[in-house]
Amino acid sequence: MIEVQGVTKRYGDHTAIERVTFSVAKGEVLAFLGPNGAGKTSTMRILACYMPATEGTARVAGFDCFEQPLEVKRRIGYLPENPPLYQELTVTEYLTFVGRIKGMNAGELRSGLARVLERLALGSVRRRLIANLSRGYQQRVGLAQALLNDPPVLILDEPTLGLDPKQIIEIRELIKSLAGSHTVILSTHILPEATAVCQRVVIIHAGRIVAEDTPEQLSSRLRRSEKISVVVKTPPPDLADRFRALPGVLNVFASTETGGFLLECDLGRDLREELARFVVGNGWGLLELKTVSMTLEDVFLLLTQHEEGMEPREDGAEEARQETAPTQEPSST
Amino acid sequence: MTPVQAIIAKELRTAFVSPIVYVVGAVFLLIYGFLAYLYVVNAGSQAVRLMQLQGAAPQLNLNELVFRPTFYSMAIILMLVLPILTMRVFAEERKLRTFELLMTCPIRMNEVIIGKFLALLFLYLGMLALTGIVPLILATYSSFDWNPVLTGYLGLVLMGALFLATGVLASAMTENQVVAAFLSFGFLLLVWLLGLLGSVLGDTPVGNTIAYLSFIDHYDRLVRGLVDSKDLIYYLSGIVLMLFFAHRVLDSQRWK
Ligand SMILES: Nc1ncnc2c1ncn2[C@@H]1O[C@H](COP(=O)(O)OP(=O)(O)OP(=O)(O)O)[C@@H](O)[C@H]1O
Ligand SMILES: [Mg+2]
Repeated sequence: MIEVQGVTKRYGDHTAIERVTFSVAKGEVLAFLGPNGAGKTSTMRILACYMPATEGTARVAGFDCFEQPLEVKRRIGYLPENPPLYQELTVTEYLTFVGRIKGMNAGELRSGLARVLERLALGSVRRRLIANLSRGYQQRVGLAQALLNDPPVLILDEPTLGLDPKQIIEIRELIKSLAGSHTVILSTHILPEATAVCQRVVIIHAGRIVAEDTPEQLSSRLRRSEKISVVVKTPPPDLADRFRALPGVLNVFASTETGGFLLECDLGRDLREELARFVVGNGWGLLELKTVSMTLEDVFLLLTQHEEGMEPREDGAEEARQETAPTQEPSST
Repeated sequence: MTPVQAIIAKELRTAFVSPIVYVVGAVFLLIYGFLAYLYVVNAGSQAVRLMQLQGAAPQLNLNELVFRPTFYSMAIILMLVLPILTMRVFAEERKLRTFELLMTCPIRMNEVIIGKFLALLFLYLGMLALTGIVPLILATYSSFDWNPVLTGYLGLVLMGALFLATGVLASAMTENQVVAAFLSFGFLLLVWLLGLLGSVLGDTPVGNTIAYLSFIDHYDRLVRGLVDSKDLIYYLSGIVLMLFFAHRVLDSQRWK
């Protein structure tokens, strides 16, 4: 339903997204996940025909976003990052206006209006000026606008932004209920959101797609090894190498100032007992020993945080260190 | 309701919520009324003077003493007032990102531009209609030639529409309403001065060309009661050109 082929978008000489390729099948809900400035909004704007791509092609429902924008626009509901609201209008006036410029006739408009007011719980505020609504209600009016004519494709840029927890759950339920009959692409930088509502996640970072899979597959695919965090009170300077020499240890990340180590071990092998014996036997003082499980959150951080000149794996170590840091005093040499 | 009608309805609805229309309308009518009063009083004092000289009640030419100077002053008032009316039309949509909604709905850019222009034109025609009180009142007290008054109003409609189209273009060029107002005002003033330059150069090919480009000469003929298709074509093509440029400007901004 949505096909993005090698799309690049440059603002002047700043490249916002580079050769992005992905597709969304009919009835699928796809999350576009990435940190701030990753290029989510840029991609969605191209799909919604708000701006053309610098290179590459984007197609929605078989129509090219650049060649046949009108055909694409007829089939999409788009929620921009900032809900596009006219502050001087009431909710009903606003939605009526949107329905009319979407070409709905009076009957369609009436039923569409009743449906979105009900589904987004806007009935109580429908006569109020949008300017006087709270941020969360404004977001819901924005969503109502996108859903008004029940389009087959929905492009939602951070749909739950500014909502309270109860509303977040309700909107997620709403999006889930759209799956099957609608094709949905939504952007978010909140990971649980992606896992809660989507069948597939595309992780974008610095304008490039770094991973694409189902939420479960993503976390398991990246967990190629068990990770154990060890904190030692008085580590010898060569402890990292000594750990590495142990059978079953694949890789060691050390942090000398905290005495923390992150060990990558063979999958399916629990080395904790051996490690404990090793450290205690040598009298270095074992402060902490635990397995570190990688949540999807860690995977996401791992994939998207290697910008500051760090290797992705060191970030894992960084994470583990932060977790254990409060439990021990510095013991740097 | 067609998309263009929807745009017009929304524009009028939002216009009457904001204070701009009321302020602009009030100031416009106040200045107009004041000027008309001034010229009427002036005509009255001339009548008194003539009566003292000739001893008999003179036949005053209201067309020359009241309407023509009022129409000329109006050109300048419109130059000041209409940019305020037009400044928000696209600048605000872009600033508040509602433009993103318009551009992603199945409505064509030219439908948006025409809808917005027509809404502005309706507002302006409404203001103009209110000024019609002045000739109606004068008609009850004395007689004058309605012909140049009506063609003068035609000139006001056409020239005002051209100013509005210029304002739409200016508003499309920036997100800042003050900049938009100043852009259209500056441009109109420049074109007006161009007309003065044309008349200074006189009846030379260059002078005539420059004078043709300015809106003043065309308006002048209409105020004097002359309806020439050449002048109508000037205004209509000017309006179309400005709106066309607005279309291009809005289109090109998406490429940035
Ligand atoms: N109009 C613009 N002009 C110049 N640069 C832009 C423009 N819009 C976006 N960018 C840049 O493009 C990059 C991607 O921006 P984009 O808004 O797509 O990110 P995002 O993933 O939506 O981020 P966020 O989570 O903060 O919404 C950023 O570096 C941003 O600074
Ligand atoms: Mg964004």
